[in-house]
This record gives sequence, C-alpha cells and structure tokens, in this order.
Amino acid sequence: MRTSTVEAREATRTVSGARAVVRVLEEAGAEWIFGHPGGASLPLYDALYDAPKLRHVLCRHEQVAAHAATGYARASGRFGVCTATSGPGATNLVTGLADAMMDSAAVLAITGQVVRANIGTDAFQEADVTSITTPITKHNALVIEPHGLVRTLREAIYLCQSGRPGPVLVDVPRDVFQTQIPADLLDEPFEPRRRPVTKGNATRIAQAADAISRSRRPVLYVGGGAQDASVPLGRLARRCRIPVMVTLMGKGAFDETDPLCLGMLGMHGTAYANYAINAADLVIAVGARFDDRVTGRLKDFCPHARFIHIDIDPSEIGKNKPAHVPIVGDAREVLEALEPLARPPETEAWWRQIEEWRTRHPLRWKPGPLLKPQEAIEAIYRVTRGEAVVVTDVGQHQMWAAQYYKCRRPRTFISSAGLGAMGFGFPAAMGAQFARPDTLVVAIVGDGGFQMTLQDLITAVEWKLPLKVYVVNNTSLGMVRQWQELFYQERYCAVHLRNPDFARVAEAFGAVGIRVERSDELEPALLRSLEVTDRPVVVDLVVDPEENCYPMIPSGQSVKEMILGD
Amino acid sequence: MTDAVPIPQVRSERRVLAVLVDNVPGVLLRVVALFRRRGLNIHSLAVSVTEDPAVSRITMTVECPAILAESVVKQVRRVMEVRRVRDVTDAPRTERELALVKVNAPAGVRSEILEAAQVFRARPIDLTEKTVTLEVTGSPEKIDAFLNLVARHGVREVARTGSVALIRGSATT
Repeated sequence: MRTSTVEAREATRTVSGARAVVRVLEEAGAEWIFGHPGGASLPLYDALYDAPKLRHVLCRHEQVAAHAATGYARASGRFGVCTATSGPGATNLVTGLADAMMDSAAVLAITGQVVRANIGTDAFQEADVTSITTPITKHNALVIEPHGLVRTLREAIYLCQSGRPGPVLVDVPRDVFQTQIPADLLDEPFEPRRRPVTKGNATRIAQAADAISRSRRPVLYVGGGAQDASVPLGRLARRCRIPVMVTLMGKGAFDETDPLCLGMLGMHGTAYANYAINAADLVIAVGARFDDRVTGRLKDFCPHARFIHIDIDPSEIGKNKPAHVPIVGDAREVLEALEPLARPPETEAWWRQIEEWRTRHPLRWKPGPLLKPQEAIEAIYRVTRGEAVVVTDVGQHQMWAAQYYKCRRPRTFISSAGLGAMGFGFPAAMGAQFARPDTLVVAIVGDGGFQMTLQDLITAVEWKLPLKVYVVNNTSLGMVRQWQELFYQERYCAVHLRNPDFARVAEAFGAVGIRVERSDELEPALLRSLEVTDRPVVVDLVVDPEENCYPMIPSGQSVKEMILGD
Repeated sequence: MTDAVPIPQVRSERRVLAVLVDNVPGVLLRVVALFRRRGLNIHSLAVSVTEDPAVSRITMTVECPAILAESVVKQVRRVMEVRRVRDVTDAPRTERELALVKVNAPAGVRSEILEAAQVFRARPIDLTEKTVTLEVTGSPEKIDAFLNLVARHGVREVARTGSVALIRGSATT
C-alpha cells in the first residue's frame, strides 16, 4: 500500500524533498544514518520508512549520532551520516561536528529546520543552525529553494570527502522536505565547483627529494592526513631508513612494531621520539599540522631543522611553522612521486644516537599492589593480538592507549585528538563497529568520559554490537587530577568521581558487565569479553587512582622541560 | 631550497584585502568570522555587488602583521563561496573612500568651511541654517585630514564607507 503510493508519485515525475534526500544518500553509497527524529525532520523519517537500503540507527542523544558518524567515517574511509531535528536536536550535534572538523572526518549532517515562513521569528524549536555551525563545519547550507536541495546535498557529500575531509551540514526546512520537486533533478549530473589540488608541484617534490638525500638526521612526522598514504610512506621510510614518529591522528599510518617507528611524539609521546625530532636536521611532515600538543613551545621546536610540509590544505602550510619546502597535495600522490626520487641519506650515526635514547628512556611503568592502567592496556593489546580497531575517549587512558597499543594498519586507531571531546570514545566505537562489522572493535574509555554518553549502551545492545568497552577506571578525572598534582600544588578540586557500578549499569542495559580489581583477574576477564559476540561487553578495570601519565612535556614548554616520571 | 628560516614579521601594519565572493547570504559572516577568531579588528569593510551580479566584492582593511594576514587569507580561501582573495597591500593600487560629513556652519563661518572644502574637492550636498553636509572622497588619509580641518567647527556626524581598492593598470584582482 505504502510502496504503491511512492510509485504513483514517481510516475508523475515529482518526488518529495525528503524522498530525494534518501535517494541521493543511497546513490552515494550511504548505508547507515545515525540520528534522532523530531518535528522538523518528520518528513525525512517518513521517507526513511520506505528506504530499506538506508538504515537508521536511533541514537539516544544527537551528540552520539555525530560521534558515531565520525567513527564510521574514520574507520571506513567513507563518509558518515548523522541527522537531527531543528533547534535542540541540531545544537546537540555541535560537539560532534566540532570534533569532526578538528580531526578532518568526512561527516554529512542533515538537520531539520522550521518551515521557511517561520525562519527568523523565534519559532518553536528554531535555532540559526548554519550560523551556529559556521566555525565548526567545512561548509554548510540552508536550503531555501526546494529545487536546489538535490544539488546542495550532492555538493555536501562531495565536499565532506574531498581534499581535506570535514563535516558539512545541510539544514532543510520541514516544508522543503515536503515540497514536491521534479524527479528529473535527481538525474542531473553533478560537477563540483572546486577540485582540490592533489598532485604535488614537481619542482617542490624534487627539492624535497634533494633535501632528504642531503640530510643526516631526518625524521618523518606523520599525521592523520597520512592514513591513506601508508604504502608509499612505508616504502620511503624503509628504503631511506628514516625514523618515523606518529601523532595521535597518525597512529596506524605506519607499522608501530617496525623498529623504524619511534611511536608517538608530543606532550605524552616517547622521550626518544621527542629527542629525535628536536635534534633532527630535516623534518618531513606528512598530513600533520604542527598542533601545540605536538610542538610545545613553537620557537623551541626543532631548532636545527628544515621542514618539508606535505598537506592537502594550503592554509595549514606555514600556519605554525614556516616550511622550507611546502608541498600542497594529497599525501599518497605526493609520496608516490617523491619516494623514487629520494636517495637514501647517510643515517648510521643518527640511528646510533636514536638507539641510545631508545635504550636509555623506554616507555615504562612500575608494577604495584594495585592494577596499573598501563598494565591493563598492555593486556588489551596482548589479548587482541594488536588486531583490533581501537577507539578511545579523552584523558589519561587515551594517552596510555596511544603509548602502549601499537597499531599496524591504517584507520585502526580512532580518538578525539584535536578537540579532545570527552564522551567521544564509546559512540565513535559504535560507528566504527557499524563500518567494520566483522572486525574486533574495542573502546578504551575513562570513567569520566564514559559517563558523558553511556546512555547509548542501549543502542549498542539494540543492534547487538559485539563491542568491547574497557573502562580504565581510576575514580577520577585523571588527567585533570594529574595537572592539579603537578601544576596546582595538589589542590584537587572537582576531580574525584563517585562512580556507578559500571558492570551493573551494563547489565541493566542488557549488555554484559565484568568488574576487574586485581591484576590476576585481568587477562581472564578480557578473554571472556572477547567470547561475547551478540552484545556489547563493559569491562570495568579498577586501576591505581594515583598513576600518572609520563613522559610529559608540560603545556607550552619544550622538550628540555620533559618530565620522565622516573 | 631557501637557507634561512624566514623570521616572522611581527610589526602590525595596515593590510588591504580584496575578496571576491558568491553573492549569496551568509558569506560575509564566514569571512569576517575568520578574522574575529584571530582577534583581529577590522578597520573598514566595504561590500557590494560587482559587474557580475553573481559576484560581490569585499574590501577590508585590518591592522595586523603581514604574516598573520597571509595565514588568515589562506583560511579565507577555504571558504567555499570565496572565489578569489588577495592581499593587495603591496600591489600598486587605486584606493578610495567616501565620507559624508555634517559640520556646524552658522552664517559667520560658512564661507570659510566651503572654501576649505574646495581645497579638498569636497562637495556640499545639503545645507541648513546651522549645518552643511559635505561629500568627500579620496584616500583614507585625505579624509582624516579633512575631518581634522573642520573639527574646530564641530563635526556633528560622519558616515564613512571604508576603503575600496582596485589594482592599478589593466590587471584584475
């Protein structure tokens, strides 16, 4: 009955705006849409009723929908879709969109808006969403003209994925969803207004190759923009024997178990990575943006180095550090062109120095009577054989996960890096599990961040996601506590958390809950969690609340001020 | 490959930026927001449609170090509706501003004001028993100078358009 109505409408060669949205999404290959309905988006939901290929995941909070779309996009390399109604629905997307912007995730957000006649009148559930999201989206648009809906949406899908990916929001008034538009609009070819430069300038690439060949202390500084460039990156590093250090976003772009890899650099990076980059005479930055969490005090960062900066976004080049060889282009294309040109530099002495640092200052933690968080991460690494897609929340556990979970393949480490949004981990892990249904996905979260979005455990239960949520529970906002200890004379203010029993919370939602308090319980519990395949598992890992995350370069300082913690 | 790391120029100076954008709602907000974010005060801003009705021109002057202007200009270029953006500060250019100036002009001093206006090629466009309103165009400095000159008579109100600028010669932005 319902289907025949749709067919009848299409026979007259018009289609509702809402149905057109569904058609465009399906054609673009979208499978999942994470969202929460409301008045202004009701016509879209009505159209979803007839859309078997585009499945909707009802998230209990729009922030979760946005993070899930981000997790989906980052795990799959495709684009994630989220939707919310007007006003409060749309404003709840804001944190997720800001996160996607900072970490360059391809996210399409479709929001409902009040009917056109009511826009600007402070109507019920109205908010000026395009204005609100302008600084935190790559692009956004309010669709005033129903005939422009299809084009706007196609452009948004193209934009969110092209060049430097990012969130794009399309705000659709309810009556535009309801308006019948000519079905022909769906057949119009789409031509993007602008195409990013992906091929690097040949002269610059030759200069870069020359600089590499002449360097004595080169390093590769690998960011999130290198996730899809791991093949030529690996070839360049291995053939030229260049040490590789990854950012939080770059984890997975290069095999961290390879001896060439020095792990993560920056505030909580390895001491040897930080010593190496600061002694380097050549820094090859690939898809990295010289974030302050990496550089510390800018003027003291890499004082002896020249910089080759490869980035698809021209506005990143020279933003924080002037580049001697700026190369605008897609990291994979540029590295493919650069790799054969570079002659291996003489790096034997350099490697001797690096190995000395690596031996003298390894990552380490001291066992104690209580379960140590690092111990927990190492056990997670061990039982998952380093094969999982790891999604983290924000805080100490995030840094420990980055330090102790070694990633080998691209898109297997997903974390809120740029925005540092607590509450990100669990929802993004859900999105990642939708993207990679046959892969083991683990969320490593803190007790603080998990409580910001754990209501959506019910969503994971509903979809039978075999997700593992490992709560590194130190009964506090650990990173804040660490800063108060080190920089605020141990004046602990508002950091101690009275937590629920996470295992029982999980059970109440219909998930499996396990509590671990001692080291000897750790591995059996983790192994048990891996056996569950039809629902999420929450493992509450009660760890030493006093443990701090080291090494640490205090905010705004340089490698000279690094605290090794031993 | 350059040898020395360029030393960032930190001295603030007046930068003149020309931005060509799609003539659609919301563009100005996007462009201006990027300056606001960096805490840059926009000294003047002139926006209007161009010879092509689909395109608007934004001319803005800001006070900031050249290197900061360069960084923001690159970010402005990311805005989808921005077609072209150029820092024209160092280019030979024609630059003009228009001001309407309402000056106290009782009978006794009126001729003196009008005489001064002639020197600045300012045209009287409105007259009352107590005031004269003058239209003056020219470089921002010329307008400043004129305002200084008539200040002692009492300036009641000024409306300035902000600078508009074009590259000199046949070249376009």
